[in-house]
Amino acid sequence: MSIPAEIARRSSPLAAVRKVRMRDYPVIPLAILGIVTLVAIFANQLAPHNPEVGILTARFKPPFWQHGGSTEYLLGTDQLGRDVLSRLIFGARISMVVGFTAVIFAGALGTFLGILSGYLGGWVDQVVMRLTDTWLALPALTFAIFLAAIVGPSMWNIVIILGVTYWTRYARVIRGEVLALKEREFVRLAIVAGCSKWTIMRHHILPNVINSAIVLGSLMLGVVIIAEATLSFLGVGVPPPQPAWGLMLSDGKQGLMVGYWWLTVFPGLGIMLLVLSANLLGDWLRVKLDPQLRQL
Amino acid sequence: MAGPPLLELDRLSTHYIAAQGARVVRAVDGVSLRVEAGETLGIVGESGSGKSTLALTLLRVLPPAARIVGGRMLLDGEDLVQKTEPEMQDIRGKKIAMILQDPMASLNPLFTIGNQVAEPIRVHEHETRRTAWQRARALLNAVRIPSPEARVKQYPHEMSGGMRQRIVGAIGISCEPRLLIADEPTTSLDLTIQAQYLNLLRELQRQHGLALIFITHNLGIVAKMCDQLAVMYAGRVVESGPVSRIFNAPVHPYTKALLNAIPRMDDPDRRLNAIEGQPPNLAALPPGCSFAPRCALAMPRCREAAPPEFTPEPGRTAHCWLAEPAAAAGRLIVSGAV
Repeated sequence: MSIPAEIARRSSPLAAVRKVRMRDYPVIPLAILGIVTLVAIFANQLAPHNPEVGILTARFKPPFWQHGGSTEYLLGTDQLGRDVLSRLIFGARISMVVGFTAVIFAGALGTFLGILSGYLGGWVDQVVMRLTDTWLALPALTFAIFLAAIVGPSMWNIVIILGVTYWTRYARVIRGEVLALKEREFVRLAIVAGCSKWTIMRHHILPNVINSAIVLGSLMLGVVIIAEATLSFLGVGVPPPQPAWGLMLSDGKQGLMVGYWWLTVFPGLGIMLLVLSANLLGDWLRVKLDPQLRQL
Repeated sequence: MAGPPLLELDRLSTHYIAAQGARVVRAVDGVSLRVEAGETLGIVGESGSGKSTLALTLLRVLPPAARIVGGRMLLDGEDLVQKTEPEMQDIRGKKIAMILQDPMASLNPLFTIGNQVAEPIRVHEHETRRTAWQRARALLNAVRIPSPEARVKQYPHEMSGGMRQRIVGAIGISCEPRLLIADEPTTSLDLTIQAQYLNLLRELQRQHGLALIFITHNLGIVAKMCDQLAVMYAGRVVESGPVSRIFNAPVHPYTKALLNAIPRMDDPDRRLNAIEGQPPNLAALPPGCSFAPRCALAMPRCREAAPPEFTPEPGRTAHCWLAEPAAAAGRLIVSGAV
């Protein structure tokens, strides 16, 4: 392309449009996550019915646009006559709370151990890394089910179980970063300035790895939400009658054969959209914040 | 100067031990040196002669494979080799500070300048944030950073290379140490900034009565900066003494060769005199004097026994058989030959 043509191309009105696209914020994922977050926060105001109590005379009502449906129950009712929409709304709250707290818990644990392992080296490194290897050798979900069977189902137990199951990925990645960081001159300057190991890890290492931890966290969000849904589906997650999406899938699966599709399609769609949004956002953050993580 | 020196190294040895002791690299081998308060000691030598390992040994921040295998280092009469790690943490940055080889990369990109200059003050003197920052501003002023009020709030990437260098200098002197170790602090700077920085260091030294250990392979800087000089070769100090005496009348053939290798501006036709051969492998030193294989004046006995420390004149040392008192008579002939 000749130079004048190139200039014309770049300065055309279309170029402005292109430039905005270049910035490519993941608009749709952000919107979905935003809506789900808002729904989760204002569940009490938004839900038309009590999600845990149904009216048995109003069982298996289809969504309003199907024959037999009514606007009283926009997305129909389940086998106990509970409003599917209300359960979806409160289920969003459970998915978000469990997803975020479990990711933060796993991230804090993994980052802490990763920094210790990478910076202190020696036997600490050996212990943490062998522990990580062992952890990664266990099938994560089976391990989570095993833990759930021990501690019993409750929402906060699920958070702890997922945190304990998924910290290893953080530990691995953060340790790698720390190994590179600790050879940097500013860390050595801190050493010769008389800072203790603890001070160095807190002031110089942690702020420099937090980016990677955030990126990893956004990618883990989807994994953790799926895991929570799976545990609930299998009956070892959030206990009924709380409206977790995985639990709704599980409850609705018999109904699927006789045409009660709304019992499974809506929570399934919810899980899919949420996880997809989390993953797309994570991918975008990864490229945006830390190009070095691209190979992961 | 009367009284004990600020720092005295007594046959200090640091070895890198690999493969469970099967391979030992004698990076620092029986080094004895003295540094008086307020004085500047230059340490010169080729790459791999143990200069940097010596600096790391002084602060006890050696890599895991390295061990201090013998000797003492007395700071104000206290042996640093015997100190525990927490005791060393109090000494680092407080009594002995260090400026690293690449000051450009020595600042944490995520913190403001003020934070980083104040850090040693907060660590060592447990000052409040406010006082530490006040002192940080005063320090930036002392290293001639314009408008320190604004600069303390800026990040390293907002500074030029010369400024970052001076900030690292400010961190070095922040707790008013007795001794500052500068390990080739000017290699990453261009010449004009180098000269400014060296002037600044000298000024800070005068103001604070700092002793300075200046590690370099630039003899020009030594001539400009230093009072005392120690020449290292293969982990040993082969010659030490006052800079002017060594420059005027070097005793060790290696020192002579180094001085000969300086390019001369006044005689452009003169060829550069390189030193033949390679520095020896520190894991397999030759028997006898380690410089003997490259030495033009090597005698049969040089290859058999390592020369001990001789004192060619008061205040000087040399590890060379040529400095032996009995050989001193022949020295005139020798210096005529080089």
